[in-house]
Amino acid sequence: MRKVAAWIVTAAFALVVYLLLVLWSGSIGLWSSSELIAGGVLSALVGLVAGRLLWERGGWRMLQPHRWLLFLFYLIGPFFLAMARANLDVAYRVITGRVRPGIVRFNPGLRTDLARTVLANSITLTPGTLTVDVDDESGEFYVHWINVKREEPRPEDVCGPFPTWARRIAE
Amino acid sequence: MNVLIYVFLAIGAVFNGLGAIALIRFPDVYTRIHGATKCTTFGSIFSILAVVIYGFARGGGQGGTLAVHALIALLFLLLTNPTGSHALARGAYRGGIKPFRAVVDRLEEKR
Repeated sequence: MRKVAAWIVTAAFALVVYLLLVLWSGSIGLWSSSELIAGGVLSALVGLVAGRLLWERGGWRMLQPHRWLLFLFYLIGPFFLAMARANLDVAYRVITGRVRPGIVRFNPGLRTDLARTVLANSITLTPGTLTVDVDDESGEFYVHWINVKREEPRPEDVCGPFPTWARRIAE
Repeated sequence: MNVLIYVFLAIGAVFNGLGAIALIRFPDVYTRIHGATKCTTFGSIFSILAVVIYGFARGGGQGGTLAVHALIALLFLLLTNPTGSHALARGAYRGGIKPFRAVVDRLEEKR
């Protein structure tokens, strides 16, 4: 039962992406019949291959719609702001060459894989910080930091409000 | 509308250029990953936004297709870029490359 559900949900997601990709291709709605058939077959295959992997470890809670809204708000608001600020900082460091690199360790206290992924990707996308490793058991993050301000940082020192948002979105 | 497109394209070009300069100026693989993947992502976001605005402003089938395709490209860029640079950094560390002039290296203590 669980396997079938995983297959159907994954196939549905794949179908949505495919339909977006071939918008305005024909006359059934916005699509042509051949594209609809190809999309159905392909997304069923994708669901078969990726379904089990995708939802295996606590991904089901992402089907709650308010988490998607929060995620979208997070992307446009706090995340983009932090990214822009960090970009200017790194631009300054590129030009002047003033770097103080190092790998620091901190523990944001996230439990689920999904929240850790959201946080690790946010950290990596923000210039100046780069996730090198995550300890699976203790949840400790090892982050390469281009401008080490403290050798024993709290999570807020490295990545600002990101851990709170990762917890809100995916835990 | 045109002004907005030009501004976005300019921002994109500047940050992509900075990413290229970072490749030359920074000392080791980790700092170069910072410059080469992150500056270029930020630059590409603005280039893609310019394309999206152009597509929607033109409207209809062709422009709409362009805009939606660019948005999907942006989505996958945001998903795959951090994954790729994380894989590069982790691979480099496991391959035995130490961060150059590091003031602190907690990952070494773990082992």
